[in-house]
Amino acid sequence: MLIDSTLGLVDVEEGIKVIPGANTIITTLDKFINWGRESSLWPVTFGLACCAIEMMACGSSHYDLDRLGIIFRGSPRQADCMIVAGTVTKKMAPVVRKVYDQLPEPRYVIAMGSCACSGNVYRSYSVVQGCDTFLPVDVYVPGCPPRPEALYDGIIRLQEIISKERMRWSPIR
Amino acid sequence: MEPNQIAESLKGEFTGEVVAVKEFRGQTGITLKKDRLLDIARRLHDAPEFSFDFLRDICGVDFKKIKTPRFEVVYNLYSMTHRHALRLNVQVEIKEFVPSVTSVWKTADWHERECFDMFGIVFDGHPDLRRILMPEDWAGHPMRKDYPVAGHEDEEWPGFRDVLKKAEDFKKFGWYK
Amino acid sequence: MDKTIKTQEMVLNMGPQHPSTHGVLRLRLEVSGETVVKCTPFVGYLHRGTEKLAEGMTYLQAIPLMDRLDYISSMTNDVGYCIAVERLFDINPPLRAKYIRTMVSEVSRISSHLLWLATHALDIGAMTVFLYAFRERERILELFEMLCGARLTVTYPRIGGVRNDVTQEFIDTLYQFTEEFPDKIKEYETLINVNRIWLKRTVGIGVISGEEAVNYGLTGAALRGSGVDYDIRKHFPYDAYDLVNFEVPIGKNGDVYDRYLCRMEEMRQSNSIIRQCIEALPTGPIMTSDSPKYTLPPKDKVLNNMESLIHHFTLITKGPMTAPQGEVYVATEVPKGELGFYIISDGTGKPYRMRVRSPSFVHVSALPRLCQGGMIADVVANIGSIDVVLGECDR
Repeated sequence: MLIDSTLGLVDVEEGIKVIPGANTIITTLDKFINWGRESSLWPVTFGLACCAIEMMACGSSHYDLDRLGIIFRGSPRQADCMIVAGTVTKKMAPVVRKVYDQLPEPRYVIAMGSCACSGNVYRSYSVVQGCDTFLPVDVYVPGCPPRPEALYDGIIRLQEIISKERMRWSPIR
Repeated sequence: MEPNQIAESLKGEFTGEVVAVKEFRGQTGITLKKDRLLDIARRLHDAPEFSFDFLRDICGVDFKKIKTPRFEVVYNLYSMTHRHALRLNVQVEIKEFVPSVTSVWKTADWHERECFDMFGIVFDGHPDLRRILMPEDWAGHPMRKDYPVAGHEDEEWPGFRDVLKKAEDFKKFGWYK
Repeated sequence: MDKTIKTQEMVLNMGPQHPSTHGVLRLRLEVSGETVVKCTPFVGYLHRGTEKLAEGMTYLQAIPLMDRLDYISSMTNDVGYCIAVERLFDINPPLRAKYIRTMVSEVSRISSHLLWLATHALDIGAMTVFLYAFRERERILELFEMLCGARLTVTYPRIGGVRNDVTQEFIDTLYQFTEEFPDKIKEYETLINVNRIWLKRTVGIGVISGEEAVNYGLTGAALRGSGVDYDIRKHFPYDAYDLVNFEVPIGKNGDVYDRYLCRMEEMRQSNSIIRQCIEALPTGPIMTSDSPKYTLPPKDKVLNNMESLIHHFTLITKGPMTAPQGEVYVATEVPKGELGFYIISDGTGKPYRMRVRSPSFVHVSALPRLCQGGMIADVVANIGSIDVVLGECDR
């Protein structure tokens, strides 16, 4: 079947075109890959403290994170996002970093809660003053603990960041 | 048995060991010397008239510049059968050993380890005296009064320093430059 | 066969990042085949220095730190702390405040037990219970939000009373909840009580005798599952617990299943306590006026009266300048067990030493005894049955 591609293109969204008869969508690889990534963010289950309880509440029946395509994974190797939920102590920091290093690229970090953002009230000898001292954090969600809605907002912000990425699938930077 | 009666009978039994008996808000505390602590503990646990079978808590206190024996180890006891409570404050100077009571109450194991970790009080006869809350190679004992709340700024724990260094080294492999 | 197969023990590391260790607990298991020969717990991965921080704060400022110890039931922690400080200051809160505290503590106990049930069942393999329990827990969190604005870390009780009065809407919603809740417990029980997998995984696992449990220092439902009748609400009644009727469930065999049954029955009893509190809730002030040196003035006076405003301001920023000199150890019954506060006051406005005796710390120390000789799969069941929270364990 011969298609006259110059005539039949329909603009669905910016950068996405559809050829009606041929059941075909034309878009950039960036858009396609980012769409795939942002709609199935799998965070690694990594509860540290109080915020982990709110994270669990997020994932369970009432707030239901599954509808954003989010499924918590037990192993960091099958995950592509890490929600640092709670106070990071100095004793825990090597473990947190190890879990992060086990995540395959592309990987993202959400710092959930004031403790993970900045250390909160715990200006003490054993608490790391914010997990961004040793992790590249993408989204900060403040609150002690943040409400599930706030975590939702953080995840949606992360999806926005992912959707704007360019060439992250290629070895060329 | 009333707590002050227990204190009286302990005074009679272990002469010279009881330093003082304090009473505050209906709670009795006995200040003891540390040498015969294990005997006293065993007596309190085994004797049917005391039968302190439940050790609620052990904790250390640092009286730097307030009292002469610098530390106190506080034992909170309770009897399930007689429903009476007692507190033992055991005086100990820095670099002195306290007899461990793990052979009497098994719950003392971790409490004594924590006390060692936080105050540096060494328990003689403890089966496995290691640091518990802080990492093994941590310097200093954080709950002492001369230890700053935010830790010593200049001497960071090596394990955390390694993590910071690792994060710095791995930055060049990250996506964001 | 004349050749013998040589086996050797293997060391298995579990945690700190593990989905079923309830936080950041790390276990080092030495296993011979499927049998656990030795189990060594490592804690301290969430040690935040609460005790040290509390020594640098006034008595009032330390309440938010106590929230974050046992973050699953922060209300009971706050109540326990306030009762300890009240004992030190010799303050007697008014009857209405006592009833409100008892009521919200029990609501908190239900929410903690629900989370325990959800995670315990999830670890053993019952996913549905997790979703069901979180459904009810969400209603409780909404109630807390209605009460004080926060879902998890409430900071609701104050020294000498509570922060604000309960509204009629809160009472009505809570009453509605207590009416529906017993049916929900039945729902969970139909799911797992006689479930064959559940019984296989829990009956006869992690058995500990009553005498040994006392020696190990277990408290709460972990102790009562072994048949020891020790509940601080009965032994040392605080707040309004001597004014309400409730029973303490006692187990017989001391295994995981009995501890489970105890906690399920405790939820029913808590439900009944809440109902009794609502029905008997007296009118009156919610903050004591006997000792104005230590307690906050009522909020409407703060907004209309200059002396009260100044008093409120100094108390919040500087705290009371003096306190009675002495030491107290006060324990309360939190969902996990006995939470004790040992406070030494040297007469200044700050505690000289603040010691938190947390039940989870003691429970984790008994874990090697429970796991030894069992299967690897039972380790998870044991961790669930002693109900640990690492925030409280490490402090």
